[in-house]
Amino acid sequence: MILDEAWRLSPSVALRPEPFGALAYHFGNRKLTFLKRPELVRVVEQLADHPDVRSTLDAVGVPAPQHAAYAEALAGLADADMIRPRHEGEDAT
Amino acid sequence: MKLVEHFELGLDAPICLTWELTYACNLECAHCLSSSGRRDPRELTTAQAEAVIDELQRMQVFYVNIGGGEPTIRPDFWHLLEYAVNHQVGVKFSTNGVRITPERAAFLASPACGGYVDVQVSLDGATAEVNDYVRGPGSYDMAITALQNLQDAGFSDAKISVVCTRQNIGQLDEFKALADQYGATLRLTRLRPSGRGADVWDELHPRPEQQKVLYDWLMASGDNVLTGDSFFHLAAFGESLPGLNLCGAGRVVCLIDPVGDVYACPFAIHDNFLAGNVLADGGFKGVWQNSELFADLRSPQTGGACAKCSFYDSCRGGCMAAKFFTGLPLDGPDPECVQGYGEAALASGDRMIPAASQDHSKANPTRNQPVMLTLMTRPPTSACAESPLAGFTP
Repeated sequence: MILDEAWRLSPSVALRPEPFGALAYHFGNRKLTFLKRPELVRVVEQLADHPDVRSTLDAVGVPAPQHAAYAEALAGLADADMIRPRHEGEDAT
Repeated sequence: MKLVEHFELGLDAPICLTWELTYACNLECAHCLSSSGRRDPRELTTAQAEAVIDELQRMQVFYVNIGGGEPTIRPDFWHLLEYAVNHQVGVKFSTNGVRITPERAAFLASPACGGYVDVQVSLDGATAEVNDYVRGPGSYDMAITALQNLQDAGFSDAKISVVCTRQNIGQLDEFKALADQYGATLRLTRLRPSGRGADVWDELHPRPEQQKVLYDWLMASGDNVLTGDSFFHLAAFGESLPGLNLCGAGRVVCLIDPVGDVYACPFAIHDNFLAGNVLADGGFKGVWQNSELFADLRSPQTGGACAKCSFYDSCRGGCMAAKFFTGLPLDGPDPECVQGYGEAALASGDRMIPAASQDHSKANPTRNQPVMLTLMTRPPTSACAESPLAGFTP
């Protein structure tokens, strides 16, 4: 379950703020993804600062009933290598 | 608000930026949309080009489509390529293949390019006969040699970029086979009546029934085929093709030309769509964010004559440049409207094709110039009248 795992933004990805949220660009696979909610942008940015996804969602203020939807969005981002699992002792940068 | 509505209002920086580095070209393709051939003496210097790249990095324009002319014949091309890659601006460049030697192919495949470089080789026929007809003698072999060199050097996933014409729509499967043979991805784009394309559009643009062939082929086999979002006018056949399906001109798309002029889109190099210049007007960012033309393009558009068509929501009236360069009103149907409104508009007769506002075509034809003549395939129906006075009745 992704909610209980530790994740972080992929090192090859840059976020560009936009009115709707952000553009995420992966320099490695050249995929461009649109993060369509400002909350999702904050979640992605802060993944590395929290022990797991669930605590990141709480910190950003995403209500619990929406956690499943966010987990699904994050799984999609993981498929495109926009975010990566974080291992023991690994920092945000 | 839906994402596409955000795009219609414009973003803080473009998503898809085309940058033509030079008007110089070794070829003289009949349908060149920038009327290229000769270098312009005002073209950006290396330092000015580097400054543009620095600005793109600050604006987080993640990649740029470099074209021309033939960009690789600019002596500082390889330097600018590395400069961009080292400044987090990925490069996809279009080439006819002339400078893609085994050495350059090895460089492109090397860590120096870090996988941030994409190469797009132009080919407008799956056979030399069809390709050279519009791109000029020898251009097919040149492109194939480039693809072979890239493959031999271990450069993976080059692109074969095809402008779809009346002559090559029947070769779609052959193009796909060529791409597979060279480990490449096929990219199909639409012929625009821009630049010299205006002179040959009537003869080259796909016939209405071929539009359907193209649409059906894309629906059936288009999964791994790129289209640069260029066929959104076909969405009126029914199901939308993947992509944004809207005209991004001045909203998410724009063009920087070799002298630094910024136009609303790569297919609209004309004074009417000139937003400013990167050397004046506050740099590229100033032009993108403050130009009146772009503000106008980002304001809500009315569908004009198309608003009452039930397919307006899918095709959004089609391509602005295609309408402009065929002399059709910008708020009317696309000249290749698949519902047939374009043909009626073209036939109406009161349209005026706009004069070109720049032309860098070579002053005199060279041996590379395409000769768009075909041999007769049927013998003449009557013998030639050989008398010098034939038909003369005093």
